[in-house]
Amino acid sequence: MRRFTAALFLIGLAVLIAGIYQQMSFYGASVNLGQAINSMAPNQVGSANLVTSVVLAYRGLDTLVELSILFTAATAAGMLLHRRKPATKTDPDGGFVLRAGSDLFFPLLVVVGIYIILHGHLTPGGGFQGGVILACAFFVPLLARPGQQLDQRWISLLEGLAGAAFILIGLLAMIDGAAFLTPLLGKGELGSLFSAGSLPVLYTAVGLKVGAELAGLLAHLSAQDALD
Amino acid sequence: MAWFALIIVIVMLASALAVLLLKDFLSALAAFSVVSLALSVLFVLLRAPDVAMTEAAIGAGLSSLLFALALRKLGLWRSAKDAA
Repeated sequence: MRRFTAALFLIGLAVLIAGIYQQMSFYGASVNLGQAINSMAPNQVGSANLVTSVVLAYRGLDTLVELSILFTAATAAGMLLHRRKPATKTDPDGGFVLRAGSDLFFPLLVVVGIYIILHGHLTPGGGFQGGVILACAFFVPLLARPGQQLDQRWISLLEGLAGAAFILIGLLAMIDGAAFLTPLLGKGELGSLFSAGSLPVLYTAVGLKVGAELAGLLAHLSAQDALD
Repeated sequence: MAWFALIIVIVMLASALAVLLLKDFLSALAAFSVVSLALSVLFVLLRAPDVAMTEAAIGAGLSSLLFALALRKLGLWRSAKDAA
């Protein structure tokens, strides 16, 4: 039976690879795509950071799928870790350096995270990076002071609202007959904070969702009993 | 610029070795995050600031936190001085 499964898996993999090899042209159009995007994106999308214009405008659907993969992974982990107990008192204290450091760095990390999210369309970085930094900012205090808890309900609410906002903005574009996730609100002046239409709003939703998801996952893990 | 990249690669290799050789788990964790941090500097040199930011946030930040949490849960959170 196991050999049969392995053979089935190998055949399936071979079919997939053959399909990709048949369908994809490794030369030709896709090689020149980078240069085309470099020359066209500033006028079409109005985002000074070209990576953002690809991630949210040209390939916005991929980002949505990426978010849903993260959501599925976090949900699965949350289901496995469902049993919730307050952190045991046997957890060792973080120590003075970690406690003072977490107090000192918490506001700094929050500001940096928000800055990276809001400037995602201007400078490198964006929703994913800023969201991870926000999640770290809210988790380090938990590491320094065992026994503290994040409120899971607010985190889930924030995560759900941010995910819904991303899809809603995508659907709003379809009212005017444009494609799903077409940037709205006009391009604005290239390089200013209020530019690139709805991309900053989308990145804010991405950042809040990623941050809430990862912070919730880490808080879930830290609320678990120690494995003996 | 090549010599700077060389220094970073040496730092990465040295800290990766340190992760293997250090007996103290917390120090090994710190060395592990140095590998990611040096890698993100290397990404900046290669003109990939977006990737560098992701590497610094996830590799050096989030995964180190996750490992620190795991150390605490497994009861390995102590420095060499405590054990002595």
